[in-house]
Amino acid sequence: MEERIGVFVCHCGSNIAGVVDVKRVAEELGKYPGVAYSTDYTYMCSDPGQTMVKEAIKEHNLSGVIVAACSPTLHEATFRRAGRAAGVNPYQVEIANIREQCSWVHQSDKEAATEKAIKIIKTMVEKARLDEALDPIAVPMTHKALVVGGGIAGIQAALDIANAGYETILVEKGPSIGGHMAQLSETFPTLDCSQCIMTPKMVEVAQHPRVKMMTYSEIEDVSGYVGNFKVKIRKKAAYLDRDICNGCGLCMEKCPAKTPSEFDEGLADRKAIYTPFPQAVPNKPVLDREHCLYFTNDGKCGVCKKICPVQCVDYEQEDEIIEDEVGAIVVATGYDLYPIENLGEYGGGKYPDVITSLQFERMLSASGPTEGEVKRPSDGKVPETVVFLTCCGSRDPEAHMPYCSKVCCMYLTKHAMLYKHKVHDGQAYVFYIDVRTAGKGYEEFYTRAAEEDDVLYLRGKVSKIFQEDGKVVVWGADTLSGKKVEIEADMAVLGLATVPNAAARELANMLKIHTDEWGFLAEAHPKLRPVESLAPGFYLAGAAQGPKDIPEAVAQASGAASKVAHLFAEEEYHREPIIAWIDEDTCAGCRVCVSVCPYDAAEFDDEKGIAVIKEAICEGCGACIAACPSASAQQRNLTDEQVYRMVSAALEG
Amino acid sequence: MFEPRIVCFFCKWCTYAGADLAGTSRKQYPPNGVVVRLNCSGRLDPQHVLWAFREGADGVLIGGCHPGDCHYQDGNYKTMRRAAFLKRVLSDMGIEPERLHLEWISAAEGDKLVNIMGEFVDRVRDLGPLELAHAGGRGNGGAKPADKPAATKKTAAAPESAKGAEKPAARKS
Repeated sequence: MEERIGVFVCHCGSNIAGVVDVKRVAEELGKYPGVAYSTDYTYMCSDPGQTMVKEAIKEHNLSGVIVAACSPTLHEATFRRAGRAAGVNPYQVEIANIREQCSWVHQSDKEAATEKAIKIIKTMVEKARLDEALDPIAVPMTHKALVVGGGIAGIQAALDIANAGYETILVEKGPSIGGHMAQLSETFPTLDCSQCIMTPKMVEVAQHPRVKMMTYSEIEDVSGYVGNFKVKIRKKAAYLDRDICNGCGLCMEKCPAKTPSEFDEGLADRKAIYTPFPQAVPNKPVLDREHCLYFTNDGKCGVCKKICPVQCVDYEQEDEIIEDEVGAIVVATGYDLYPIENLGEYGGGKYPDVITSLQFERMLSASGPTEGEVKRPSDGKVPETVVFLTCCGSRDPEAHMPYCSKVCCMYLTKHAMLYKHKVHDGQAYVFYIDVRTAGKGYEEFYTRAAEEDDVLYLRGKVSKIFQEDGKVVVWGADTLSGKKVEIEADMAVLGLATVPNAAARELANMLKIHTDEWGFLAEAHPKLRPVESLAPGFYLAGAAQGPKDIPEAVAQASGAASKVAHLFAEEEYHREPIIAWIDEDTCAGCRVCVSVCPYDAAEFDDEKGIAVIKEAICEGCGACIAACPSASAQQRNLTDEQVYRMVSAALEG
Repeated sequence: MFEPRIVCFFCKWCTYAGADLAGTSRKQYPPNGVVVRLNCSGRLDPQHVLWAFREGADGVLIGGCHPGDCHYQDGNYKTMRRAAFLKRVLSDMGIEPERLHLEWISAAEGDKLVNIMGEFVDRVRDLGPLELAHAGGRGNGGAKPADKPAATKKTAAAPESAKGAEKPAARKS
């Protein structure tokens, strides 16, 4: 049968048509063998554009469709649906990418861009010529989700998925869920206490009948694909049976070994057997082997074991690997602060009274090391002057991170305000580049700090901080008055940049999901798919995807959860059928495909003496096809013949 | 000025997405390359590269995910070995191995794609047009390999083997 291919060239307003001569392209393609109809239109993805495609399919009895427009990642699905509605198999609808890979990158050479657009479309016509009608492959799906990270984003995602009716595993690497939000004092712009709004959620998720919470656990391995992931979770040895432990806390009270508390950002000590904070969920300790005297001093301590009333301490405990199956994974691994060590001009962490924003949060917290009193770390004195610095490591493309960390303007405003509420006659300075207050009630909050709480905002950067004679000396500039500023302060608080959690980067590598160049998880589309990864089955929530405040993290988590629920609404998962197949007539049974398949989808059929592909497992990577010496392994709708033809078309003219 | 013809085989997860990012960032690069999108650089059969040169390509650029980042575990390592092997074969055939280039470009590396594309086009331009000794390059009208099972078994349409014969042998210069 002669192919009857329709070519639809989109102007994308002036995005394509401003560079590529779309009329000429449509005309040229109309003359190309196998093309039965060719046209152009302003916005092919609009309702009238899609209608035009559908009507042309019927009117011209088209067997295949090429839409020459933006990248297939944007509208391939749109036009495949349109094609199906008009009777063309979705897998015979192809996108020719003449925007991202042509008009947008060759703006100064319209002639060359037009020539290239023609070639690009011809390659897709050649591909479409041999495209088969395919159906998605239905595979069974595990209706259970995994949420990685037990901060506010992970908690919200787990709650929403569980409340939608699906089993959920919530994995947190620390001993308690809660994340950074549990460390915060009060939250902008309402100044409600972070723990007061956080802890009920922590309890709710821990007690949810459909949530299996695994703290002190890490993802060891993930294999499989959307709908059918196999996960291995390492349950780290806590050296006590947390199922038996009743959380009485006697062990923590008696433990003689101390080390700086991570939760209190080093402003206080914790014991070697510890819960990170009193409201921890679960409120059961873990034993930190590195600082435990039993482990570091040849078994000479053992106090916790002796004192435990339920005898749950077990020094012989080992890590345990738990295996499970899930259908979707939400990654909510959160953020870290940019290392203070990298800011040598501000002392790099060597001055005790130059502290990080999270340290100040702990200091302000009623349950923190100073019980909410502002006392400088060096001598416990109440500071009379405090300088707050925004953009410590942010918006500094030469030396540090180029991006805006988004939350620092607001939390430093909050810090300055809370400091003034606690030390009424104190002086708070905030150095800023711009005060960014884009959020509901944020600008009002900032105005309140400046006007009602007399926080002094200085527009300029601080060049140097040093500690001298018990003072923290801050050298900066006020660019509005054009004067140099020197402040002899008692304490300085650095609004350090938000960076992705270090462990999250490794995890992203293991999961094979994209990150941006800074390690933040990359969303499938920056505007229209902000809660999904490009890798199917992975969803993103919270600051792991980019700096964000609490309401944004919660909103994104709920968005990710709704995407998971959407996926789980179907009984089966429908996979792309662009997979491998073996020509039984020519396969010589050499088993090269079996040896190169990363998924064990190619296997040797003893009876037939040839290789066969297991359709439910094949991911369509094409490794077997490239390796097959007799070209018997082929890929559906991307056969070698299609590649040859595309190459020839790319070189024509 | 001689404008080389370049075929780019890009994996859809990393390099193709990197090329899209270059587009959304409006970065400009020379228009010499046309992209063939593959699921994985490991899908690339060495014969695809030889075919490209036979059909008149002056250069072939392969783009895949960085080592360790392959969406399909290790397809890019297979490509790495194949590219090394191919360079030897090309050399034996009298084709400068520099006409084939493999680069790891991630979805976040739009800038890198732009730089590599520019450098590669310059390099191939310096090498000049590829003249194949046996056939005289593009436009020789040669038949496509007839023994491709996909062509004969799975498709009703036979390759238009004479298509190339109508094209002039002259290069655009």
